[in-house]
Amino acid sequence: MNAVDTAVTGRSALKLVSGNTACALGAIAAGCRFFAGYPITPSSEIAEKLSQLLPENDGVFVQMEDEIASMAAVIGASMGGVKAMTATSGPGFSLKQENLGYAAGAEIPCVVVNVMRGGPSTGMPTRPSQADLMQARWGSHGDYPIIALTPGSVREIFDETIRAFDLAERFRSPVVLLYDQVLAQLSETISLAAKDTPRLERRFASGPRADYQPYAADASGIPVMAYPGSGYRSHMTGLTHGEDGFPTQNPQAVARNLSRLFGKLEPHRAAIDSSEALHCNDADVVIVAIGITARAARRAVELCREQGLRVGLFRPITLWPFPEPALRAATATARAVLVPEMNAGQLRFEVERVLAGARVEGLHRFSGEPIVPVEIAARATAMAEA
Amino acid sequence: MFIDSAADFDIKTYLRMEMMPHFLCPGCGHGIALRALLWAVHELGIDKDRLAVVSGIGCAGRLSAYIDANTFHVTHGRPLAFATGLALARPDLSVVVITGDGDCLAIGGNHLIHACRRNLKITCLMLNNEVYGMTGGQVSPTTSETRLTTTTPSGNSEPHFDACALAAAAGAGFVGREVTHHVPKLKELIKAGLEHPGFAFVEVLSDCTEIFGRKNDLGSSPEMIMRQTSALRPTAYRDTVDMPFRANSLPTGILAKNARPEYGAAYRRAAARKEAGR
Repeated sequence: MNAVDTAVTGRSALKLVSGNTACALGAIAAGCRFFAGYPITPSSEIAEKLSQLLPENDGVFVQMEDEIASMAAVIGASMGGVKAMTATSGPGFSLKQENLGYAAGAEIPCVVVNVMRGGPSTGMPTRPSQADLMQARWGSHGDYPIIALTPGSVREIFDETIRAFDLAERFRSPVVLLYDQVLAQLSETISLAAKDTPRLERRFASGPRADYQPYAADASGIPVMAYPGSGYRSHMTGLTHGEDGFPTQNPQAVARNLSRLFGKLEPHRAAIDSSEALHCNDADVVIVAIGITARAARRAVELCREQGLRVGLFRPITLWPFPEPALRAATATARAVLVPEMNAGQLRFEVERVLAGARVEGLHRFSGEPIVPVEIAARATAMAEA
Repeated sequence: MFIDSAADFDIKTYLRMEMMPHFLCPGCGHGIALRALLWAVHELGIDKDRLAVVSGIGCAGRLSAYIDANTFHVTHGRPLAFATGLALARPDLSVVVITGDGDCLAIGGNHLIHACRRNLKITCLMLNNEVYGMTGGQVSPTTSETRLTTTTPSGNSEPHFDACALAAAAGAGFVGREVTHHVPKLKELIKAGLEHPGFAFVEVLSDCTEIFGRKNDLGSSPEMIMRQTSALRPTAYRDTVDMPFRANSLPTGILAKNARPEYGAAYRRAAARKEAGR
């Protein structure tokens, strides 16, 4: 029995693992059987772990010549019907964007892990950051839908890696898993038993071959992919295409396919959205935070509550599409919202958009140091007492 | 005899005829290369359902859409990287890459040298027409010196790549070159590439009559093809070690071949050995 068997079946098995190891184990548990990557701090442990685990689980690991190639190879493997993932950080995430856009446009399932480190450019490779939130949403050219998940603990990295594959396969979309260097290299003792939820799998074409249209969707809005070798012989392209998959610039055909593409996640928001609201029911001040900053904010909420201040925490777990209704509900009683984050204001911009007109303040740190609970508590206290 | 051997080959059974008329210019050599590829596929009895064609961006990149197989038209310069993932994940498929000189040697140059080094079973067909045709005729890494293009209005001053020498130096298991004038020979070369158990690089000297030919006053397509053909030197690679950058005498045929282990099989063997050693 190998490490993953133990991880997946050993219900009582507790292990001390890092966030990056939890990600690799989650990928195997989700059915990932292909990984292509390129070494980059602080995500390399994911590649190292999967280079060991994949061949033990009938999968393939390959270290490609660059970040662009590793994103391409992942999409190539997924075109072949195999669940596939890559992991990167900082400048590597920038290099992924070209082919990430291809995966979004041609609707190829894949999982991209981005361990956020300080930027811009080479920045601070060994220091945490949360400055790739907007790049995860808008990093490739053109309009496109995408899903991004922001786990907040080592155990949640395991769970959200599994969910990333479920969402990617079911909704034929790239899914970005975003967490920071602290969570990546933080080790925690956690249970590695996967949740009992059934895996969401990709649907493959069946039925009469002559009727198959690779980009004609049923009511779900999600077209069914052809499995190469099964006789459907379809075409995929990064050019705008019609239902038949072939390039077209016919305005009606382009508008029809892109309207479906841009709107395809909306009917499935119940399955995609995920967030946590803590002590928000009566809150005067709601803190909105993700990742390791949400962990500090959780403690800050406790500190404020001990002083009798009504402070709550709202934590997006699915960051994109942004959980607008849940944020509005969580801030229904709030007089002010505080957004602590390790960047110059990316999450705050989104919160301001959703809560237009509300009092929203940011606590921004981009020095490479995490934000600590007392800082958040002090700021929230001042806002609650104002 | 070549005509006889073509008798049972009906190209239409390998084409998506609903995609016709194709979009290539009159006189373009790419259609001939496509015919040679499909003829080779036919003679080897490769099942269309098991054939995967990955192509990049440019005139050559558009060819995959015409082939009745599993076809993937990907990003500029990246078809070899996409194909690497596909071939590693699905060793049961026959994976062919169609690329052009700009796609393969400029923006995709890094992927080419590493694909050659890795030696995964992929057949890469590089259609060399010496120019970026799709974007209107800019200079490419294979444009001959002194040639006029839209970005070398005074004539090209850069030396051009010998793509086959590059592929061989990077370790490709199979390297060959042919012209579109010799269709049966080209078909045989592609067949040998498809049969090679590792990475096979086949350069097809194509012609861009409408843009490159017109700009350089090279005449009609037959004239361009005959000029190309008269400059050939079909010899073994070992006689041509001084070939890179020599403009007027190109070796054709199989130029390099080695028996290095195929990457996918080697990877799986190593994994099995490690598993057995536990």
